[in-house]
Amino acid sequence: MSMPRVAITGLGALSPLGLTAKEMWDGLASGKCGITSIKAFETTNFPCQYAGQVPEFKPQQYVPKSHRKAVKLMCRDIQLAVGAAKEAVQSSGLITKGIDENNINIDPTRMAINLGAGIISCELPELGPAIAKSVTDGKFDMRKWGKEGLEAVTPLWLLKFLPNMLACHIGIIHDIQGPSNTITCAEAAAHLAIGEAGKVIQRRWADVALTGGAEAKVNPIVMIRQCLLKRARTENDTPPESACRPFDADAKGSVFGEGAGVIVLEELEHAKKRGAKIYAELAGAGESNNINPVYEQLEPDAKGLQIAIKKALAEAQITPEDLDLIIPHGLGIPADDLAEVRAIQNALGQTAVKIPTWPTKSMLSATGAAGGALDVIAAVCAMTEGKIPAARNCEKKAAGCELNITGEPQQKDIRYVLCCSYTYGSQTAALVLKKFDGKTND
Amino acid sequence: MTERIVITGMGIVCPLGETIDSVWGKMKAGESGIAKTTIFDASTFPANFSAEVKNYDFTKYLKNPEHHKHGNRGSQFALGAAAQACRQAGIDIETEKPSDGIARDRLGIYLGAGEGSADNEVFFGTIVNAWNDQTGEMNWGKWSEEALATMKPMHELEQESNMPVTHIALLTGARGPTRSCLTACAASTQAIGEATMIIRRGDADVMISGGAHSMIHPLGMTGFIRLTALSTRNDSPQTASRPFSISRDGFVLGEGAAILILESLSSAKKRGVKILAEVIGYGSSSDAFRVTDMHEEARGAIQAIQAALTDAKISYKDVDYINTHGTSTTENDSIETKAIKAVFKEMAKKIPASSVKSMLGHLIGAAGAAELISCVLAISDGIIPPTINLHEPDPQLDLDYVPNEARKAQVNIALSESFGFGGQNNVVIIKRFEEN
Repeated sequence: MSMPRVAITGLGALSPLGLTAKEMWDGLASGKCGITSIKAFETTNFPCQYAGQVPEFKPQQYVPKSHRKAVKLMCRDIQLAVGAAKEAVQSSGLITKGIDENNINIDPTRMAINLGAGIISCELPELGPAIAKSVTDGKFDMRKWGKEGLEAVTPLWLLKFLPNMLACHIGIIHDIQGPSNTITCAEAAAHLAIGEAGKVIQRRWADVALTGGAEAKVNPIVMIRQCLLKRARTENDTPPESACRPFDADAKGSVFGEGAGVIVLEELEHAKKRGAKIYAELAGAGESNNINPVYEQLEPDAKGLQIAIKKALAEAQITPEDLDLIIPHGLGIPADDLAEVRAIQNALGQTAVKIPTWPTKSMLSATGAAGGALDVIAAVCAMTEGKIPAARNCEKKAAGCELNITGEPQQKDIRYVLCCSYTYGSQTAALVLKKFDGKTND
Repeated sequence: MTERIVITGMGIVCPLGETIDSVWGKMKAGESGIAKTTIFDASTFPANFSAEVKNYDFTKYLKNPEHHKHGNRGSQFALGAAAQACRQAGIDIETEKPSDGIARDRLGIYLGAGEGSADNEVFFGTIVNAWNDQTGEMNWGKWSEEALATMKPMHELEQESNMPVTHIALLTGARGPTRSCLTACAASTQAIGEATMIIRRGDADVMISGGAHSMIHPLGMTGFIRLTALSTRNDSPQTASRPFSISRDGFVLGEGAAILILESLSSAKKRGVKILAEVIGYGSSSDAFRVTDMHEEARGAIQAIQAALTDAKISYKDVDYINTHGTSTTENDSIETKAIKAVFKEMAKKIPASSVKSMLGHLIGAAGAAELISCVLAISDGIIPPTINLHEPDPQLDLDYVPNEARKAQVNIALSESFGFGGQNNVVIIKRFEEN
């Protein structure tokens, strides 16, 4: 029995460029930038001023009546994920309990979910009143907290912030009873989750898997961490839309943001049998480790990313010459960007400089665990439309960043796309997506 | 022919100690690792006790501890447990030229691991100064100024739950498949299950797997207290964790790390290392029910156990020992008992089913891995660890929970269950290793 092929049959995204996958793609294709001044909180004297923020939305609209009470248990990461999941399921033509409970067309035990999630930081203002009760002589007093402070924390507070709650709420809404996992590998999380979900389908533990990632980084404590680690751009001397500059000589740090990307993976024969629209195939996944005692950065040659790329190509059974597009991680952090270029060049050899390369974070911002999923959706749309949008904010390449990045959009038949990601810390991941050619194994 | 997967190393840092032998000795003696909380001043907390790892110093395990000094408690526990496990399995650590016969891109890591604690004094301090309780607003400019001045970058980075994995990567040079998952209390069982699948597929030869977590920090403790999930038996910490007892009133929060080296049989044979047991089955499911409660009829738990039995190609009649999730909460213990009855039918009351959480407390992300280690030892030593503090049985719960005293028994197949908040269910089955 040959290994099942894995199709992508649904897409959903809430991104700084809009509330649907199509809005995101239209924005990307027309060169729009989703990065603006921070609106989520008052930023006077705050070190970074810009972020990629999702336009206003009502979480209730993505939640069926039966689960609506639970919306108050959803932090923003969960709300974003739930929204993207609904669009992904709808676009797949699958009818789950969350879409229409009278016309369900999929066995709940044959559905899996596997999401990337970030560390979810609590909302500091939510703790404010409890902390105010726990002060002695102007200092926090743990004994007062134990007696009076914690009583002021809402009873189900913890459940709002457990990373697995993204998958759990979506699982409840759409009645997903198969395997459920939550990968917490920061910015590599979505690629790792998508790769693992593909394997769950290949070993026939599910016919369908919802996968991707979500994270809301426009939270003061998350932003301040990125400032402390010197990853965020804190020079606010350019307009927001020019702030994030992957591979550019003027790159001065990344701009962080929020989003959610969910895709539906499906065993190819299962998808064909029900006449589903097949957007693309997941052809290969590779992963490895960055090994660097400087934890917050990639190792200089990004060997871990090289290994991940080579493994993804090997699994897809292609050579570098087969690649038509690369979506790199490209953060706009000079040392990391340079290391990533070295990884791509070392993994792909001389072909690397020829393959069109299109960084997305200049428009979408660095959305943590969502980033890899948004890139996969962008890759699928590029394949479907036969178009590589213009790269933004890469006007003069940084020294050593010799990749084929251009400011002009290109029309092109795209058969294979490579998407890369890595985290501070260590994990690296790469995916190869393939245009669906209409053929099946037999 | 798919690869068989065996366990070739184990390491543990937990409330009962930090060697396999000492921890197992205490489990067999039915000792409790629970006492008053000392990591922070919890004296006024409604639950003022926990299962702490005491007097831990990770540096004794390493030649180059300076690379890991900023590690959070979970990361430091993971390093000690991984160092022990690697030593047993003959995996070289802290070297650029390993001679253990394992190609580094065939050596992976998969942990169920949790967040690091906030830098509490600093964290709470910044809010005290920037919060205006009259207006209910935070002055973010002021807050950020103080945060930038007082927060330590590496302490902040260490709150990411992938950091234990990161430290192990640096320790071992592993370049194979590497993931960290956090599916609440089921995380490390899931990690071990998925790591097994990675080797079975042929994507790695050796996986360093297990879990690491410490939620014994003020916000973690607060969260569980507010959920009324914790025992509040402040007058008797050592008897507070009493799974399956009528007087159980919640779990006891613990911490630690447990690491197992999973290896393809062919790699283990090639390297000539001792085989401790074989991993034969894994099952995973979700309740899809409520974020606050388990499914009343244990639907998800039953499905996960059955999936693991199917994956192992065995019948429920073949299981000699069930290592329960057994948290000592009213809900878990009764629903888990229902699940066992549904799956194991006429055998349910005959198969010993104990909870080592009665001694270890609940290691959350690390729980399943620590419990699987006790299953390996039950097989190799012929002794089933007890459920201590079970002096007042719940009449509704009538399985053989191995009350209070360890028991001699031949165990060939052991099944370990983990169920997490949000309806995460994971089950792993291991077997005494035999050539055929």
